[in-house]
Amino acid sequence: MGWTRKDLLTMRELDAGEIVLLVDTAASLQEIATREIKKVPALRGKTIVNLFYEPSTRTRTSFEIAGKWLSADVINFSASGSSTSKGESFIDTAKNIAAMSPDVVVVRHSSAGAAELLARELACSVVNAGDGAHEHPTQALLDLLTIREKKGHFDGLHVAIVGDITNSRVARSNIHGMRKLGMTVTVAGPPTLIPPFVQELGVKVAYRLEDAIRDVDVIMLLRLQHERMRAGLIPSVREYSRYWGLTLDKLGRHARPDVLIMHPGPVNRGVELSPELADGPYSVILDQVAKGVAVRMGVLLLLAGSKGAAAA
Amino acid sequence: MSLLIRHGRVIDPANGVDAVEDVLIADGKIERVGKSLAAPPGAEVVDARGKVVCPGFIDIHVHLREPGYEYKETVATGTRAAAAGGFTAVACMANTMPVNDNGAVTDYILAKARVEGVVRVHPIGAVTKNLRGEELAELAELAEAGCVAFSDDGRCVMNAGLYRRAMEYTLPFGVPLISHAEDTHLAQDFTMNEGVVSTEIGLPGAPAAAEDVMVARDILLAELTGAHVHIAHLSTAGAVRLVRDGKARGVRVTAEVTPHHLVLTEEAVRSYDANTKMAPPLRTKRDVEALVEALADGTIDCIATDHAPHALAEKEGEFDQAAFGIVGLETAVSVLLDRLVRPGLLPLGTLVSRLSRDPARLLNLPGGSLAAGAPADLTLLDPERTVTVDPLTFRSKSRNTPFGGWTLTGGPWLTVVGGNVIRP
Repeated sequence: MGWTRKDLLTMRELDAGEIVLLVDTAASLQEIATREIKKVPALRGKTIVNLFYEPSTRTRTSFEIAGKWLSADVINFSASGSSTSKGESFIDTAKNIAAMSPDVVVVRHSSAGAAELLARELACSVVNAGDGAHEHPTQALLDLLTIREKKGHFDGLHVAIVGDITNSRVARSNIHGMRKLGMTVTVAGPPTLIPPFVQELGVKVAYRLEDAIRDVDVIMLLRLQHERMRAGLIPSVREYSRYWGLTLDKLGRHARPDVLIMHPGPVNRGVELSPELADGPYSVILDQVAKGVAVRMGVLLLLAGSKGAAAA
Repeated sequence: MSLLIRHGRVIDPANGVDAVEDVLIADGKIERVGKSLAAPPGAEVVDARGKVVCPGFIDIHVHLREPGYEYKETVATGTRAAAAGGFTAVACMANTMPVNDNGAVTDYILAKARVEGVVRVHPIGAVTKNLRGEELAELAELAEAGCVAFSDDGRCVMNAGLYRRAMEYTLPFGVPLISHAEDTHLAQDFTMNEGVVSTEIGLPGAPAAAEDVMVARDILLAELTGAHVHIAHLSTAGAVRLVRDGKARGVRVTAEVTPHHLVLTEEAVRSYDANTKMAPPLRTKRDVEALVEALADGTIDCIATDHAPHALAEKEGEFDQAAFGIVGLETAVSVLLDRLVRPGLLPLGTLVSRLSRDPARLLNLPGGSLAAGAPADLTLLDPERTVTVDPLTFRSKSRNTPFGGWTLTGGPWLTVVGGNVIRP
């Protein structure tokens, strides 16, 4: 099957076939990173705008590299803070960008729903690079690509997502993607960081780290979002680290020896993940980053490439 | 000048009337209701065959935004929206700029209403100075100036001790407090109802308990003081239970519900359309069912729109940054007729009562009755008219409605205030 959507906004709206198409496309583009000349002409003459309303180094750079390796013209547009503090509304900014006829707008915004709002406003393709605590589909896709490469398949795998689930768009996108591909998902953290009715998304819930990581194939740790957390959700970083931080010792006692450790980054070393684990053999954190470029190339190609361009 | 309204179905709950009758109006008052009344010489005659003739509808919860926010609404435009929507009187909330926390602001609103308004305007005074929740406003002066209730609507008076004193201080005035029941700590930074939808779409939610704990507090304080507390825009099944229980125990608690809370649920927020964002937020199907039942059985006393106009720029952008509230005056009657009366969830007579007699009684307002000598405020409905909601045709300055594009059956047909047909 082919790709028919104008935009990539959520994992929730995709079916399993579309997700596999995205992952396969990304997989086929990985070798570009190994070439001496890292450039293919697939998106030559296309314009991609990275519209980032939130500070982001990793995701913006990843999209920028992806666009450039595909020969697109990539423009970075950073709006600091909220759009209102800038004096120009989000909708006005969108209309101004639309007037410059881009082919793809990649948007990162602190408000859930911002990407959908933009997609309704713009005739060009929109890629959601993270909207508030809603979704971050390209992160989920690169996580899926990483898991498939390491484990060989999706079906039947069990993943534990540990940390601030309530404020995590990465968790939401992964939950939708993994469930559609036949994986079991357990979310875990102190109850104040687990959103209400999360079981309705088809996941299990654990309130102790050792329960969450037992017998799972993948442990995905989330960054403890200091800046997003309201006072009173956890007593202290110290206590969080003690009960929810993953260490080699806890891993050895409770997890399987072939478990993968993932993290969407940036890692709070010593908080949710001990340094020896972040750099150790279980960790695939840098694989995730590398695959991020391939995934974003795949997404841009499917959205903006002319028919048959995927063969580039 | 006389007006004779002929052959309409007259529904007058205050006087137990539901029959095809004529209504004769003279000098701004109801002269007579009866069969085959003769038109006095020179009287204007309205043929209301097939129409429903009701006491004028009264909306005790609107925001006219004047003074201070004239770009959203004015007394002139808000009262025209009211008339177009079938309302003959409105009570306007105090969160203007400056706040209606002193007699001078009340005087200003009433003067504007006299000169520019087309329906009756009843100001509601603030409970606390500048709505800060810290010190009582000049409540006696506000009552004397004509305020029909006190409310910090838009904000909850979190200090229970202060709210208790407000109840006690206002007891002699015979004027209720209207409570925006929302615990600001439980509802911190919320944008919608907390539940499965907020979890899925990643927007911060407020639990129903944020409303319920305040309704419980207000009922306990009303019991303590003997005051009348009126719960604004009640939206949860839990609050319904609390009010029902309070009434059964003889506490002077009453409540209103908005049309949007009666017909929409949190599912509507999935669109990220900021016209589904209001406080309290849209709740669950279970809450909606409890609200409809409570409205029918009288636990909820009346319907009020919480008409909250906002400019386009305040509602078109990011959901979490958008203003709270929607306009309601020009859609309420059609939405209620189509979604509650037509499916048989609420008898027409009950709807008329909840929009006229009952709100008039709650705030001791003139109107709500077609008895001889009553003010000639009438709302005429066309139960068969097809209405497609087009926000561009609103008389209101603002268009922030979630009902745009809805096709509804039934709507207001004619609005009469003080014996004059209002053509807004």
